[in-house]
Amino acid sequence: MSLAQAIPDVATKAPLVQVRDLHVSFVSREETVRAVNGVSFDLMPGEVLCIIGESGSGKSVTMRALMRLLPRKRAVITGELRVGAHDMIALDERRLSEIRGSVVSMVFQEPMTALDPVYTVGRQITETILRHQRCGRRTAWARALEILQLVRIPSPERRLHAYPHELSGGLRQRALIAMALSCRPSLLLADEPTTALDATVQIQVLILLRKLQKEFGMGLIFVTHDLGVAAQIADRVAVMYAGQIVEEGSARDVLMQPRHPYTIGMLSSTVTAEARGRDIEAIAGSPPDMRVLMQGCSFAPRCRFSVAACSTTTPEPVAVGDRHSARCIRLPETFDPAAR
Amino acid sequence: MTETTLDAAGRPLAAETSTRAAPAGYWRGVARRLRYDYVTLLFIALIAAIALAAIFAPLIAPFDPYKSSMIYRLKPIGYRGFLLGTDELGRDMLSRLTYGGRSSLMMGLTPVILATAIGGSLGLVAGYLGGWVNALIMRTMDVFYAFPSVLLAVAISGTLGGGVVNGLIALTLVFIPPLCRVAEGATTQIRDRDFVEAARASGASATSIIFYHVLRNVSAPVLIYASSLISVSILLAAGLSFLGLGVEPPTADWGLMLSTLRQSIYVQPLICALPGLAIFIVSLSFNLVSDGLRQAMDVRS
Amino acid sequence: MRSDIAFSPTAPADPRDRGGSAQPMLIVEHLQKYFPIRGGVLSRKVAVARAVDDVSFSVSKGETLGIVGESGCGKSTLARLIMCLLPLDRGSIVFDGDPVGGQRGLSLRELRRNLQIVFQDSDSSLNPRLPIQASVAYGPRVHGMRGAAAHKLARDLLQRVGLAPDLFGARYPHELSGGQKQRVNIARALALNPRALILDEAVSALDKSVEAQVLNLLRELKSQFNLTYIFISHDLNVVQYISDRVLVMYLGQVVEIGDVEAIFARPKHPYTRALLDSRLGLDPDHRVDTAPLAGDPPNPINPPPGCRFSSRCPFAEPLCTAQAPGLLGGHGSAAHFAACHMADPGSGHSHAGEAPPSLAQPAADGTRAGS
Repeated sequence: MSLAQAIPDVATKAPLVQVRDLHVSFVSREETVRAVNGVSFDLMPGEVLCIIGESGSGKSVTMRALMRLLPRKRAVITGELRVGAHDMIALDERRLSEIRGSVVSMVFQEPMTALDPVYTVGRQITETILRHQRCGRRTAWARALEILQLVRIPSPERRLHAYPHELSGGLRQRALIAMALSCRPSLLLADEPTTALDATVQIQVLILLRKLQKEFGMGLIFVTHDLGVAAQIADRVAVMYAGQIVEEGSARDVLMQPRHPYTIGMLSSTVTAEARGRDIEAIAGSPPDMRVLMQGCSFAPRCRFSVAACSTTTPEPVAVGDRHSARCIRLPETFDPAAR
Repeated sequence: MTETTLDAAGRPLAAETSTRAAPAGYWRGVARRLRYDYVTLLFIALIAAIALAAIFAPLIAPFDPYKSSMIYRLKPIGYRGFLLGTDELGRDMLSRLTYGGRSSLMMGLTPVILATAIGGSLGLVAGYLGGWVNALIMRTMDVFYAFPSVLLAVAISGTLGGGVVNGLIALTLVFIPPLCRVAEGATTQIRDRDFVEAARASGASATSIIFYHVLRNVSAPVLIYASSLISVSILLAAGLSFLGLGVEPPTADWGLMLSTLRQSIYVQPLICALPGLAIFIVSLSFNLVSDGLRQAMDVRS
Repeated sequence: MRSDIAFSPTAPADPRDRGGSAQPMLIVEHLQKYFPIRGGVLSRKVAVARAVDDVSFSVSKGETLGIVGESGCGKSTLARLIMCLLPLDRGSIVFDGDPVGGQRGLSLRELRRNLQIVFQDSDSSLNPRLPIQASVAYGPRVHGMRGAAAHKLARDLLQRVGLAPDLFGARYPHELSGGQKQRVNIARALALNPRALILDEAVSALDKSVEAQVLNLLRELKSQFNLTYIFISHDLNVVQYISDRVLVMYLGQVVEIGDVEAIFARPKHPYTRALLDSRLGLDPDHRVDTAPLAGDPPNPINPPPGCRFSSRCPFAEPLCTAQAPGLLGGHGSAAHFAACHMADPGSGHSHAGEAPPSLAQPAADGTRAGS
């Protein structure tokens, strides 16, 4: 299928990704883990959304649900998932594998495990191209070379013949990005792609991703736990906690004027030079057990602002600005600058 | 149950909810998990029943297992008080099966226990020390690995000659290499974990680390593997006595009975199948119990 | 037997002190560790990885020394060398005036009673088949404490790191969260009442909000137990927060060492400058548009000749590949050393005597967040 079908007309401003009331639970004989509990968001074409959350917040599960990568038997998915014109819930496995890699691509955290150690980088990229596009092996190889140049891999011809273990961590991640971009997807999903990298390499990869995303006009959903990474790359930010988006808005709004107590707590517990010599304002306690469904706001037990009502009613998203919303019933209080 | 996390000064931080009860010791935990595994419990009971019957065979067996009678040869099941019929020499099958359990269970358990002790220790030492000690021990084991286990058992016991003791030695030698390899693999994995490094950093000696930290982690995979070998051992022992090695007639032994009854398979097929059935039930039970143990011994389940 | 384990906040004059307050807690000199790389059928030595190459520094009593560097710079190997978990190729370690090893020196057992380590991987650091209380009690028992006393001590320590012993003591590691496991590891390290603690990326694997809790805990324990820290991390923000002095490593060597203010405000080495510029700010309106460094850190197997940073350094000149710079700097209370020809006014480098300028440019086109 051609790419044109997959990308909705930008002029009409139809969202590229539409997620409505997504629930994911992992069911086994012993227990049910409710990993995602009612996530909704839109992504416009060419937009970068960062999903921020700590381990167990459901951010990676949301991404994998979007690509339908979760095990069918164990993971129960309900809600609406649309990428372009495709209803990701209704598609069968054959159609899904056509879409994966061509319309939607994914970059993982550990490039060493995401690349097959027994094939050369060039072989793996050409395989991806051949799977989705009608062209000869030669053309595919030329495309692979071109894409390696695009991700700024030095001496790309030599690297095409290299095995993953022969590359350094940064080059491996670039090769993985190249593979993900080889069929010009309209949506790229990136799951903590820079977390395993050194600081001086991480910034290179972030700048590269930002540049490629602009050039390709791709939608990008970027999952991270690092607020600094989000500030570098995001147009919009969604903060996840206990399987819900607790705050969503433009990067500037969420990071500079956070309204949800969890976002406020995350920002204040970020270690900075100013904090030297005194305690950091840490969020007390630990995230909830996702096997036990809690009544009310799941952040309430750790929240500075919580009142009795917090543990009885589940808060709905409240608009606090232009395309900026937070799930909290104490929003008037969190706005108080003195309370920060 | 509600629990509380405390901050550094001991003040409660925030309430957390949890459904976990406080766990007791390791083996108590294993027992607790086993209690709800009814399949495993059933087969443990079955093995226990067979073992008890074998131990108390003189009290249970209705007849003398060695008393033959030309008149009552190969009588069908239920014939005149012979609950399970008689064999080709007119001996009571039920009595012989009960007595045969003694020999078969001993042939199943003894080699595995001995091989676990020897192979397990060798693997532990090889895995923990590494280097040339590992190379020496593991390459020696590889030599044994080159032969199929049945062939090896037959070859060793053929060289040593017949008899129960030689059969036991042959089977023990057969089981040492695989057990050694399992123990070595598990130990190598554990040795590289940070907690072993941390134990060294707190000044612990190698013996203390092996006995306190490594053994605790290696024992589960080794015991589980060993329990699955019991059925193999019973079958191999049966095979040996079938070939005239190991247990010798007229001893009541399931493998031997299977061997001698095979000539009568067209006369009394059902009776000929009985010792085979006994071997099948016991080995299946041990396999299922081994699976159950695997689950029960996993702290994470 | 070990009556010296007393848990009242230690008085300024520590009874365990041997060398006096001016004697550094730890002096390491010319530490070297090369790992042979074996290959081929006969596993012959084909190359050496210079993991730690001629590293010297000292840590004063009660101070926190931060060690920063990227993966493969040898910081974890250095930690294991100081703990004597790996044999040294060359060099010496002096703990509170006593040389470690040798006929008359401090025994390994004594060193390890006084110096403990917390690893990065909180999960792998705990025996999965031991309840955490037994894990904490193990160290004292190895050193001859009776079982009941050791368990009482373990419960006391669990309480001190913020885990109620009645609730947590009997649990297995898999029943705890990452932050709780790291608290157990800290308790385990404290069980021998050590005087110094090496924290090898001890908070790096934790979530940010949990990291903040553990950092607060570490600060509190430091004053309660009168501890000296060697804090190894790749996170500059955390190192800046917790350290008094900072040591920067690159490919097995010290490139810069000095007071935390000096290192962060006036770095002398271009690598330190690049590390600082690679930090990500929280303001989406001020993004970094040019990476301060290109490429990955090179392999310690074949380090570049001369200055090891020369292959990535934007200021590299022929002098840099020809001659390795020494670790030079002023002495005294504000000692700040850097191994760079630029830091040495007489080196002949064209930028000699200048501080390396910042390389990261803020977004020129004013890349702005939001729609």
